Amino acid sequence: MVCVDVVGVGIVGPGFVDWPQAQAALVSAEPLGVSPTLVPAPQRLPATERRRAGTIIKISIHVADEALAHSGLQASQVATVFSASEGDGKNCHDLCVALAAPVADRMVSPTRFTNSVHNASAGYWHIAAQSMTASTSLCALDGSFAMGLMEAATQCVADDRPVMLVVVDQPYPEPLHATRPLMDAMGMAIVLAPRTMASAQRIATLHLGYAARAGAAADAASEPTPCQNASLEALRLALPSARGLPLLEALATPSKVRSVLLACFDDLNVHVRVA
Amino acid sequence: MPTHRLPPLAPLPISHATAVSALGHGRQAHAEALQAARTGLRDVRFETVPLPTWIGRVDAIDTHALPTSLAAHDCRNNRLAHLALLADDFEARVRAASHRWGRHRVGVFVGTSTSGIFQTELAFRDRDAVTQALPAWFDYARTHNTYSVAGFVREALQLQGPAFVVSTACSSGAKVFANAQRAIASGLIDAAVVGGVDSLCLTTLYGFASLELLSKDIARPCDAARSGLSIGEAAAFALVQRDDSDASTVLLGHGETSDGHHMSAPHPEGAGAAQAMQLALARAGLSPDAVDYVNLHGTATPSNDAAEAKAMATVFGESGVWCSSTKGATGHTLGAAGALEALVCILALERQWVPAGLNRTQPDPALPLRYADHTRAIPLHHVMSNSFGFGGSNASLVLGLKA
Repeated sequence: MVCVDVVGVGIVGPGFVDWPQAQAALVSAEPLGVSPTLVPAPQRLPATERRRAGTIIKISIHVADEALAHSGLQASQVATVFSASEGDGKNCHDLCVALAAPVADRMVSPTRFTNSVHNASAGYWHIAAQSMTASTSLCALDGSFAMGLMEAATQCVADDRPVMLVVVDQPYPEPLHATRPLMDAMGMAIVLAPRTMASAQRIATLHLGYAARAGAAADAASEPTPCQNASLEALRLALPSARGLPLLEALATPSKVRSVLLACFDDLNVHVRVA
Repeated sequence: MPTHRLPPLAPLPISHATAVSALGHGRQAHAEALQAARTGLRDVRFETVPLPTWIGRVDAIDTHALPTSLAAHDCRNNRLAHLALLADDFEARVRAASHRWGRHRVGVFVGTSTSGIFQTELAFRDRDAVTQALPAWFDYARTHNTYSVAGFVREALQLQGPAFVVSTACSSGAKVFANAQRAIASGLIDAAVVGGVDSLCLTTLYGFASLELLSKDIARPCDAARSGLSIGEAAAFALVQRDDSDASTVLLGHGETSDGHHMSAPHPEGAGAAQAMQLALARAGLSPDAVDYVNLHGTATPSNDAAEAKAMATVFGESGVWCSSTKGATGHTLGAAGALEALVCILALERQWVPAGLNRTQPDPALPLRYADHTRAIPLHHVMSNSFGFGGSNASLVLGLKA
């Protein structure tokens, strides 16, 4: 069991552009007016980098900025964990098309190759924020939110300093889209602080651990927690990053103590007690 | 020097480690090749790629078949991972650990940069002429997704604990050791399989060539005429456990930093690299003079070796410490490099020699390094391994003999 404070949240997705909007949707029973995700142009990125940045980088930096501002911390104080089920889908598509060309026609752009690394968002963030703190970039397919949250919390406790988790999805163009259909782009960021910091910005305290998942037939109680709002529940099932929404729902009503199961794999969940 | 006070961290026993690379299969093959200063690099072509370059290729991948139960994961990267799980009875040692702690209590943390992308490159050539659809044999989750290699290892070893891929380009295979050390210290798990796997593909060969970082010559780390890297493929794994009285080596510390400088070029003064080394030493509770050998990142690109040498001088002073890059032997195995070079450090500690840095015929006078051009028997107590990657990702590990 690890124990950390949440001190900042940032989010953008289909139907909400920031944490106050998402918070309202999470506690409402009304259907969400789903509209395509607005991809922001982060002002923090220098012009050259902004030109080279794809959707996943732009969303990552946007939600990281919102969460960091919310926390009142400086980027130079905060280590980062970027966790994404996939990278820049458009960039990946373009590279694969270029490499499938006949030998004589294969041209790969250096920027496309540089942006193909899974840690591109992390690299752009630390350049833009001029931050030299530790950073990692993870992938755990549909468990990317839960595994990223556990790694961020573990590092926050082990190193006794704040860590920001950033989880973003970006859909692929066809033909990869047909093999990995993601309805839209979405991203969320959560700043965690060690209990020792006793932050005045504390939204809630999380107690986190792993819990076995038996499958709905064997033990329905071990199935991941759904979102209360039906539109957001549909989103949770459709996008890997949205699997973090039940935690954000608990954060939206921090006065209530809640127990949340977040999906990792078909045999493993993360259990979070939000108080 | 970073000012943040670091909480103490218990040394982590390394129960077992193995690798498959261009140097061969398993510990003995690697130890023999390193001691004999033999390179695994060859002036050959990969697949349809005509680029003139030297390659550290694992030929056995072409003929290796996955067991039927794992056949859905078939791709070059997972075949390579499987070859390493079979080496030195690694699989059997993990089974024993899984039995000891419970399969939910063993984590799987694997570093890779491109995972199974070669399979996707082949699938794109095989797109439907009319619909552009990918062929039916293409399996997104099991071969394309960056996580696929960790998912494969978790399933092959029948583990049910936490699992993820670390993909921070060429520091990935080192950073997984830090993930395991933290997770075990926190009490969330008791043991972990950590490692790195990266296999040859068109993306990295053409990609590094587009950046003019791929050498036409064999990689010559720290040579005055070095002209870039040679790409290799490798899978390396280690089993780490909360306690193990039989372990001969331990992970003492790790340091991770960001350059925050440039996406594909290191900080010219190696500032982030120096901080990563200093953090690893601080966590290990060691002063720089307690380190007997450093396995350099040493890619043989002009900028990396220059920046790393400056970082080494910052940390270890002008008198320096014995060091070498083994990438002239294995090639740069990218996301696997950190894990492969952790094995090199383990072999060096066990056998009490410093591995030769190959292919350096003309030392670069601008690099103030105490560089081992030949395998050299010296007493080793503590060694360091450096791994740096695109995006300005830096990681250093400190390993030692178990007290």
